[in-house]
Amino acid sequence: MANKPVLARRNKSNPDIPTSSMADIAFLLIVFFLVTTTMNQDKGIGMQLPPAGENKKIQKKNICNVWVNAAGDILINLEQEMPLSQLRADIERRLSENDKLIVSLKADEETPYNAFIDVLDEIKLSGATRISLASPEK
Amino acid sequence: MADFSKKSGVHSSIPTGSMADIAFLLLIFFMVTTVFVRYRVTGIVLPRAEKVEEIKTRRHVSYVWISADRKVYIDDKIAQVNQVAPIFYERRVQNPRLIVSLKCDTRAPYGLVSEVIEELRKADALRVNFATDRER
Repeated sequence: MANKPVLARRNKSNPDIPTSSMADIAFLLIVFFLVTTTMNQDKGIGMQLPPAGENKKIQKKNICNVWVNAAGDILINLEQEMPLSQLRADIERRLSENDKLIVSLKADEETPYNAFIDVLDEIKLSGATRISLASPEK
Repeated sequence: MADFSKKSGVHSSIPTGSMADIAFLLLIFFMVTTVFVRYRVTGIVLPRAEKVEEIKTRRHVSYVWISADRKVYIDDKIAQVNQVAPIFYERRVQNPRLIVSLKCDTRAPYGLVSEVIEELRKADALRVNFATDRER
């Protein structure tokens, strides 16, 4: 008989899981994911390479050779040395004279990648679409 | 006089019972669409450029890293230059829309970059992207 009040109490207990705070928990998780998601995309200079073994014959007058040596100096058509700041204007001028112009970028084996990208960026900015990357001579 | 007492009988509470379902739906959407940064090779300083394009989707992108001390990494594993062509040929077969993102250090020699480009040409992985940071 002494046990009876205990059993009676148990029957009164509420077995529901509280769902009122479920939305708060879910929103908290959403905020966590929103904050931790990195939105930075991959950025860079896009290029389409020519297929292997393809060597097209191109007329000499349609090529503009841009050389970059190991020190980062730029030489155009083996004759004209040019600072990086003037390169864009010069290639724009050449492109306006000849719209079939192919810009061939040739860098030395020891050219730092930085210098190569600077020149490639200027060529891209000049609006040239036909860009060739020549492999360095060994 | 008009009878205003009727209005007070209208219930004006927003139903919150389905709030949790909506929130979880959003949560699942974000979890599914999130792509985490998968690979990172430390100590690579990317060059800066102005004419920068963004790769819209990460799903087709593979990474080649070239460090200043002339080491080549594919994704984040170190590799020899002559291993680039077979590995990327395999990937190119699996995904024809493959884009190779070349993440080279500013001080890396161009000769090595050129060798990797030649390997990629051999593997027919022709869409490359020279990874740069945007010029500020």
